[in-house]
Amino acid sequence: MNTPAPRHLVRGVLAALLTLSVAQAAEGFSPTKGPVTLPPEVAALPVEQAVLTSPPLVPPPIARRTPARVIVNLEVRETVMRIADGVEYTFWTYGGTVPGSFIRIREGDVVEFHLNNHPSSKVPHNIDLHAVTGPGGGAASTFTAPGHSSRFTFKALNPGLYVYHCATAPVPMHIGNGMYGLILVEPKDGLPKVDKEYYVMQGDFYTSGAFGEPGLQSFDMAKSIDERPTYVLLNGSVGALVGDKALTASVGETVRLYFGVGGPNLTSSFHVIGEIFDRVFPEAGTKYIQENVQTTMVPAGGATVLDFKVDVPGTYVLVDHSLSRAFNKGALGMLKVSGPEDRVIYSGKEVDAVYLGAQAGAGSDSSKRQAELQTQIAAEIKANPAIAGLTKEMTIEKGKQVYMQNCFACHLPNGEGMAGVFPPLVKSDYLLADRERAIRVVLKGLTGKVTVNGTTYNSAMPPQQDALTEEQVADVLTYVTNSWGNSAKPYTIDEVRRVKNESR
Amino acid sequence: MNTAKKILRFTVVGFLLAASSAHGAAPSAGTVTIPAGVYRPLTRSTTDPESVAVAAFSLGVLPVTNVEFLAFVRAHPQWQRSRVSPLFADATYLQHWAGDLDLGADAPADAPVVNVSWFAARAFARARGQRLPTVAEWELAASAGYTTPSGRDEPEFLRDLYAWLARPSPAVLPSVSTAKANSHGARGLHGLVWEWVDDFNTAMVTGESRADTGLDRDLFCGAGAVDARDTGDYAAFMRQALRSSLQARQSTSSLGFRCAASLQLPSVSP
Repeated sequence: MNTPAPRHLVRGVLAALLTLSVAQAAEGFSPTKGPVTLPPEVAALPVEQAVLTSPPLVPPPIARRTPARVIVNLEVRETVMRIADGVEYTFWTYGGTVPGSFIRIREGDVVEFHLNNHPSSKVPHNIDLHAVTGPGGGAASTFTAPGHSSRFTFKALNPGLYVYHCATAPVPMHIGNGMYGLILVEPKDGLPKVDKEYYVMQGDFYTSGAFGEPGLQSFDMAKSIDERPTYVLLNGSVGALVGDKALTASVGETVRLYFGVGGPNLTSSFHVIGEIFDRVFPEAGTKYIQENVQTTMVPAGGATVLDFKVDVPGTYVLVDHSLSRAFNKGALGMLKVSGPEDRVIYSGKEVDAVYLGAQAGAGSDSSKRQAELQTQIAAEIKANPAIAGLTKEMTIEKGKQVYMQNCFACHLPNGEGMAGVFPPLVKSDYLLADRERAIRVVLKGLTGKVTVNGTTYNSAMPPQQDALTEEQVADVLTYVTNSWGNSAKPYTIDEVRRVKNESR
Repeated sequence: MNTAKKILRFTVVGFLLAASSAHGAAPSAGTVTIPAGVYRPLTRSTTDPESVAVAAFSLGVLPVTNVEFLAFVRAHPQWQRSRVSPLFADATYLQHWAGDLDLGADAPADAPVVNVSWFAARAFARARGQRLPTVAEWELAASAGYTTPSGRDEPEFLRDLYAWLARPSPAVLPSVSTAKANSHGARGLHGLVWEWVDDFNTAMVTGESRADTGLDRDLFCGAGAVDARDTGDYAAFMRQALRSSLQARQSTSSLGFRCAASLQLPSVSP
């Protein structure tokens, strides 16, 4: 790769200096080779400017069936943008968006690629297009200092959907700041026609603050090296494809997603909740088309093409099915489908009924052990005179908390129940007459007819013994039998345990 | 180190400081002495040494400012924007100045000078009887944290460093006085501008021949980690990338420089 110094310039006193300069430049900088001489048949091709689009939009399909010389102008810009509500991040972008501009060319095209690094950039950048055949995919030829511009030419030999990304060291940081996008090289005969095309890419982001921590966040090198992303995002920010920004389609249309993963580190188990991919081009290859796929694995630095017809209206959620990423780190988007319902394909909810599950669920070894420990603790407390003075009021307060979490929905906060459906606890003869029965009802539930204060109820109360500790059962019974005008002796853990063990 | 040697060094430093202040027309913030140390190159070929001994040297406390560079081009008109040879500077040379001898609004007097080529930076240093620091010297000086000799172990230092690296360059640079001092007393090695070094273009490789060393200097992407000393030092990779992206006649709006000088220690018999 050693380009000799241009001979006509190496003259006079400057010769030594200049030779030094060029030789030094060759050390790290890919030397400029000058414009390529195109053979006449290539030079004669029609020239066109590539249409670039920002995500989630895709340039229109290529209509021509012959090659062209395509000029691509892509600007690298480091820019502060929203990564989540109230959270900003300095993204490094191709074309001002994450992912970068979508590039669409045709197999056999000769591409003149210009990479322009904005003067405000902090660092040099380049581009490695996986669609390029040649060392580095263009990386060395496009290594560009801030405020400079590079140009190189390549011929698109292989059709397919390819990731492009920055390849300047430290590359995980450049990609982790958003430097990736997709370039589609359409096969000579084009792709099967669809109704809607969209562009979605997943990437992982490493911020100094935790997920959602407000303010301008910095890149966190340690998290990046450990591959512990703060954010895993579809199209560069939380909510980039949600609400007003959701993808849209109408019932009966076929949707195509050009889906890629920038990484730098995570792969994607890409899934659309409620849809089945009718047609998948696995790994974005063109030969083997898979059909009827639920979730498709997309490697970091890889892509896929997904076609599916939408049959039923509603919202379909795009996720990485490694679900903590979707639930906790932002990796979800939406496709909103409008149009008429088809209740035979999908009826919607037809019935909602009560289901109680097992009434005598066995406590696990763990909960038994917990109970033993609680007994020990209670014994220790009882033995301590300072704590033995623990008042009934305290128990009542604790019981009230249990009640307000577990009981109030049916018996209501004031204990009056719902007429004809859920019996009252206020002045309830049924509750106050039999302590052991009260405990049994809380622990094991109660289904069927019961008469309370002269009124018959036929309803169902679910068992609580797996949900509440013995202490909580005692507390809540103490609360309900000492509230709203009721009065009774406090319930003890021992009493609860006796009833709990009676059937064993 | 024996006491005699120490005393000698302080004497020499004192002499240099006195000399520069006696010289004194240029508003220089003075120099600091960076003690001798060891620099471990980020990347090296198999035949290169693992570490390089760096002798103690003198380094400018601050990067060179616009007003200092203005004084230089006044005294050396061949370095003025309209007169500079295109062999030594490209079209970006001092492009943010209003004119040959006019700083203008985008180049505050006390902001670090940028858009200077390596040739111009070197000429400035020579005019002062100084030189640019080497990569080894610069990296040694810049490895210090705010309070300890190792910034990599100081969370606050690292946080500031990576916050700065993540920000685009501002259109108008701040005053050099905003820069925090490191434990050597040098200011703004990080957090203001990138800085030229004398041997910037050897950053990627020091081997004589690529074929001999097996080191391919055109490696990008994950391959950039091949032969790297410490793949976790992202800031060092970024400095190396910046250095290797430039030719000596080029510049950027975030690249300045500072001067250095060797300490002419009298030889001490062992």
